[in-house]
Amino acid sequence: MAIVETRKLTKVFKQGQAGAVNDVNLQTRESEFLVFLGPSGSGKTTLLRMIAGLETPTSGEVLIGGSVVNHLPPRERRIAMVFQSYALYPHLTVYQNIVFPLKAQKIKKELHKQKVDWAASLLGIGRLLDRKPRELSGGERQRVALARAIVREPSVFLLDEPLSNLDAKLRASAREELEQFQKRVGTTTIYVTHDQVEAMAMGDRVVVLNQGTVRQIGTPQEVYDEPADTFVATFLGSPPMNLLDSDDLIIGFRPERFLPSSLVARSGSTDEIASKMRTEHLLLADVGKRVPLRFRVEYLEYLGAERILYGALEGGRFSGKSVVSRIPSGVPGKYEANSVHDFLVPESELKFFDRTSEKRVEAKAIQWQ
Amino acid sequence: MTNRKLGVLMFSPAIIYVLAVVGVPFVLAFIYAVGDVKIASVGYHYVGLANFRSVLQSPTFRRSLYDSIVFTIGTQIVVLVGSTILALALKDRFTGRGFIRFLILLPWVAPVSLGTIGWKWILDSIYSVINWVLIHLHFVKPFDTPMWLGDPTLAMLSVIGVESWRLLPFSTVILLAGLTAIPRDIPEAAAVDGAGFWRTLFRITIPMILPIVSVAILFGVIFVFTDMTVVYILTRGGPYDTTQVLPSLAFFTGILGSDLAEGAAISIFLVPILVAVAYFMLRVASRSEVG
Repeated sequence: MAIVETRKLTKVFKQGQAGAVNDVNLQTRESEFLVFLGPSGSGKTTLLRMIAGLETPTSGEVLIGGSVVNHLPPRERRIAMVFQSYALYPHLTVYQNIVFPLKAQKIKKELHKQKVDWAASLLGIGRLLDRKPRELSGGERQRVALARAIVREPSVFLLDEPLSNLDAKLRASAREELEQFQKRVGTTTIYVTHDQVEAMAMGDRVVVLNQGTVRQIGTPQEVYDEPADTFVATFLGSPPMNLLDSDDLIIGFRPERFLPSSLVARSGSTDEIASKMRTEHLLLADVGKRVPLRFRVEYLEYLGAERILYGALEGGRFSGKSVVSRIPSGVPGKYEANSVHDFLVPESELKFFDRTSEKRVEAKAIQWQ
Repeated sequence: MTNRKLGVLMFSPAIIYVLAVVGVPFVLAFIYAVGDVKIASVGYHYVGLANFRSVLQSPTFRRSLYDSIVFTIGTQIVVLVGSTILALALKDRFTGRGFIRFLILLPWVAPVSLGTIGWKWILDSIYSVINWVLIHLHFVKPFDTPMWLGDPTLAMLSVIGVESWRLLPFSTVILLAGLTAIPRDIPEAAAVDGAGFWRTLFRITIPMILPIVSVAILFGVIFVFTDMTVVYILTRGGPYDTTQVLPSLAFFTGILGSDLAEGAAISIFLVPILVAVAYFMLRVASRSEVG
């Protein structure tokens, strides 16, 4: 087990151009599952490859287990990596694939079989050992890649979008398995993905990256509920946070907090609200100060468990601004195109960002009319 | 005109060409090999396998068969090692890669005879630049220089060297194509797994390009085994037939020696070997398609 740290890590591919990774400082914790999340081109894979030693940093340092490893080749960094394509050796059998790192690290021959069997049974691929990679399904290949990674008990796992080649159904189960697996072996893991669901579900902490810079590091709850800037606010959450420009501020609120007034309880005793929430499908208990807004629905998407309403505000200062609301399908109410409704946002749910820097700022009083 | 007729019409030049240039001489070779044809002879008498018998008894023929095999295998080894090194070196980007690739391709595009005549001067007994350099570096004495084309062993090494020089670009291009087809992830995975350069080369890279390597080898074998240009220009098979190969022997016997029948018999000895090589080539090709 080891801690991975980067200090002012920068990678510039072409001189004069903006860096793919700029001045990244971060530190994992012992046995942590850290997720790099960002859109494509955000530098997350480059960052991972620099930690692995497959890419030479332009400046800055990579530390593994407390010592600088910049000058070490990948094989001396005590890491294991799973590639997006799995990168299994096509001409070798599953057994030969898994044993390859052991041979390369000159581990005693007598231990090979025992270690391969251990890794294979951990991932449930014991019966596939004689097959070639091309005879395996996507899910099986992914397990072989993982087995090859764990077989020599590395101190750090680096995973580069290992689930992106699986179909949606398999991805969900593989996600859960991978998470369980990481908890069991307790190896510090860095996981790269562009999928926010994966990041939120698996990460102990999430590093949100954009254009080569770290926008926020925090637990899934922190990055979702307390986004550090408008990029994080809109990158996480689907549909993304509603943003309204107001002078030198940007006001943001989540679609699931932009709700019909009738579905939010008025003040009352807690018991009363609780019973109302059951019978009347109230979605939010007493929320304190509320911001009433008129909402014209333009069209809606029915997604089974929930409805996404797209439309615009009507009247007041933000008349005409596009906003989105997300309400569970179970709750009553007809929200057809071109109907106008009374909606509200709890004032406590508003996030404020500076217009120029796009960074989060203190809550302020806002003129809504 | 129907489509069918048009098709036949369009195809016929190619078929006529192949028949005239390959088919007719091939059949003629078999007919001559069992006859008594000489240049300027008017009749034809069937003599059965007499030509083959006399060819097999000739020490020159046995020597040529042996030389052909040494020449072919020697060239393949040099080319294989050389083109693997070149392909590995030219795979990654660096400044001037395009220019170096161009230089390496030159021997393939230059006319064979011109290139080989250049080599004849380089290896000349009096004017050899190689010897001039060796003398000035004090590796050899001025009046005791190596006879590149005059000493049996050196002559064989010389023709192998020049033939390799010709074949190297072709083989390098094929191997480069094979190397580029390996996804970048695979050698990277090997690097992370702990493999160094040699382990990656021998356990991962070479096994992965093996189907393509075997295609390069088989093409190379056919090319070298049937080629006589280099031998003809550099040594004419000498000294004492120590660099004589089957194609050049067939030419000297059949055309220059005017014994068409025996020349044909010699060249027919190439057929079974080439058929075997072609068979392996097709097998390898179809196997790598499946894989």
